[in-house]
Amino acid sequence: MEKKIRVGWFTFTCCEDSTVMFAELLNKHYKEWLPRLEFVHARILRAEKSTTIQPMDIAFVEGAISSDEQEAKLKIIRAQAKVLVAIGSCAVVGSPSNQRNFFNPEQLAEIKPILEKFKYKEKVLKLADVVTVDESVPGCPMNEQTFLAIMSKYLHA
Amino acid sequence: MHDSTFDIDLDRENYDIKLEEISKIEGAASLDIKIRNKKVEDLKFSINEWKRFYTQAIRGKPALAVPQLVSRICGTCSNAHLLASVKAVENALGIVPSAQTKLLRKLLYYGLIIRDHALHLYIFALPDLFGKSSILDFDENDPVQHELLDDTFTVKEAGNQLSIVSGGRSVHAPFVAVGGFLKLPSLEEIKKQKESLLSIRPKIVHLIDVFAKSPFKQEMKEPVSFTALKSEDFSFLDGQLCSTDGTCVPDSQFNNHLNAVIIPYSHARGFSFNGKLFMVGSVARLNLYKDALHAKTKETAAPYLARFPSNNLYDNNVAQAIEILHAIDASVELIDSCTELVPEAPIKVPPRAFKGTGVIEAPRGTLFYELETNEQGTVTKGEIIVPSGQNQILMERAIRELVEELVMQDTPKDAIIDQVERLIRAFDPCMSCASHFLKVKWR
Repeated sequence: MEKKIRVGWFTFTCCEDSTVMFAELLNKHYKEWLPRLEFVHARILRAEKSTTIQPMDIAFVEGAISSDEQEAKLKIIRAQAKVLVAIGSCAVVGSPSNQRNFFNPEQLAEIKPILEKFKYKEKVLKLADVVTVDESVPGCPMNEQTFLAIMSKYLHA
Repeated sequence: MHDSTFDIDLDRENYDIKLEEISKIEGAASLDIKIRNKKVEDLKFSINEWKRFYTQAIRGKPALAVPQLVSRICGTCSNAHLLASVKAVENALGIVPSAQTKLLRKLLYYGLIIRDHALHLYIFALPDLFGKSSILDFDENDPVQHELLDDTFTVKEAGNQLSIVSGGRSVHAPFVAVGGFLKLPSLEEIKKQKESLLSIRPKIVHLIDVFAKSPFKQEMKEPVSFTALKSEDFSFLDGQLCSTDGTCVPDSQFNNHLNAVIIPYSHARGFSFNGKLFMVGSVARLNLYKDALHAKTKETAAPYLARFPSNNLYDNNVAQAIEILHAIDASVELIDSCTELVPEAPIKVPPRAFKGTGVIEAPRGTLFYELETNEQGTVTKGEIIVPSGQNQILMERAIRELVEELVMQDTPKDAIIDQVERLIRAFDPCMSCASHFLKVKWR
């Protein structure tokens, strides 16, 4: 039996539309993918087996980075993953989750108490601002065809 | 991460439980429990999503552009945000959508109900019934488990395709706009959906039965009222707001009956309705107007409908499964009635200053939009109230009652965690929605 590819699916600040797209892509592809993939981390699919982030062949990461703790977690994911794939617009370019980066002073004054209380970062970052990104699937939600091409590339590597 | 840590140095009567990331729900939430002298001294259920400040971000944008932006509040129920905000703008501008637009919106929405409830029931909730960690762990050699695993993906796909065909995509449907559809679906494609919808019908009847036989039960000690938009055809998109406490209010007044409750440790706020503990969602809808379900659904699901009105929080799962059946039966009737799609562009009216409300039943309960614009049609103020925020206080109270009971019975800590997570899943909370933005004043 072929060795399973160890994958993780992680979500930072976003609407999780790409997680939904992935869950819907499983409808047609689960018979092909599930025997080949081991979900090491995927909160949507199962409770975590481990409290620390495990080594992975591929880490799929959706969402933008809003806090120092998110930034630290992303760095650990990067260190544990051979390949890191940025999933969807918020991960790839930061938008729309980074819309507060473009707020006017009046809007910023309104949200300031929340930013301070929960220790938000001053600016919302895209993944590439923090770590090296190997592959990107842009789109809001992620572009299905680009994602399928990346899956195919690594499943048949 | 599903980090469950205990302070093992403490005795059986004094310990802490910390769940840093609850699995198999939409979005991120955490739970902190402090047990002292065999009593729950402190319990905090917090929504951990980092806010994206949509209520702020829509200010200064043209009202017509708002629906496609707020759709990005939530990937799971994006089309609910889309249609609620469209309704707010249309109500304010006096736009009455055509019968064809209404039909297509219903099909788009029934696709969402099927897909979204199926995600929750099969992928999030079903593993609890089989003592599994994940649907992926279902035993392919066990005929029942094998069938349910296959059903998971077949059912979701039927709903997914119905939304794709009607709205251009099942997430953030691009065809939907204020006044109508930017692009019309193909009649042939719509007709084709009937077959796949009928093919999943028996699977859903089986699913209803599986959840109806669930041994899980949890009722609140104090009275809970249930609220929902009561519609004549159970369309989720129209109706009047009613509560099991006997109140019915016009949807524009909904906001006046909700009392926001600040939860200091959470990124989101909670609510009470008329000052009382309340719940929204599938169980609320069935408790209020199960008679409005499709005739075929009522016939098939009659033995299971007898339990409603129900105070068992786990019956939210049964109610969701019955709503999938309704979405199938209602969609098949709509598809049969659809003989042609006439070319029609979205209705347009000149911009003006307005204040409009749009309320619909999102998959998880009542979703409220209120938008105000200036004379150029630019948004000056917006208010969005999502179902999971409305359920948050009840959810925390229910968790506390469950934990108190389990602690008294000397339940092992890992069993407490399993049962608490299971109860949270019964609410099907959506954390992405709950954290879109909250107007919180910190003291």
